[in-house]
Amino acid sequence: MTTDDQEHERMQRLLKQALPPTSNHPRAALQRDLWPAMRQRLEQRAIAVPWFDWALLAALVVCVALFPRAIPVLLYHL
Amino acid sequence: MPALEPATDVLRQFSHGNVDAFESLFRQHQGDVYRWIVRIVRDPAVAEDVTVETFWRIHRAHARFDPSRSFEAWARRIATNAALDHLKSARPETELPDDLPQPALPDPGISQELREKTAQAFGRLPPKLRIAATLAVIEEQPYNEIAEALGISAGAVKLRVFRAVRLLRKDLTRQGIKP
Repeated sequence: MTTDDQEHERMQRLLKQALPPTSNHPRAALQRDLWPAMRQRLEQRAIAVPWFDWALLAALVVCVALFPRAIPVLLYHL
Repeated sequence: MPALEPATDVLRQFSHGNVDAFESLFRQHQGDVYRWIVRIVRDPAVAEDVTVETFWRIHRAHARFDPSRSFEAWARRIATNAALDHLKSARPETELPDDLPQPALPDPGISQELREKTAQAFGRLPPKLRIAATLAVIEEQPYNEIAEALGISAGAVKLRVFRAVRLLRKDLTRQGIKP
């Protein structure tokens, strides 16, 4: 075994002492069901409005502000 | 709890976007995915968040999943990427959680100060090297499993571990510590 290999092994031993494996840790296993958090995330995303819908709304507001006479036309087409 | 059996049906339905199939897979695999992530991020609270993020990515990518292949391996790969993204976004000097595991048999030749300095220096390593070293050296996971999770060859994993250990030694030496 070369000096480099020995140093590498010594560093690995030191690393294991500094950061022991999580397998012995009481919270290494999941303590609770994460499905409620997952479902909440799914629901949040489901009701999220796409960015282009917001862009369309913004364009409409600008249009109405610049051309107020267009309001009756827009209302007619709704 | 949805009643979807057998497993291949669940995988097929999941790949078509069925939410009940997704829930079934979530409940079946959340523990394994969490255990894999906690090895990488070493913080149970963060590992829970990254587990949810992983399954969110799995849900979004359902159409790309091939039901004839292993769901576990696919999920582990996505979990590793999610954990890597977390390590990249977290500050390297972030304080380590207080409830980190302690060595079963502390080596009397290694002082507490040296352990702390080593842990801090390890936290400063590039995330890609840190993941490889964490899984291979600390958690003693098989190289082929790490390689599959990282999407690289086993040889590349060994190289990353070697580079991580070498950088760690350099960092400690720079601080005047002879490891």
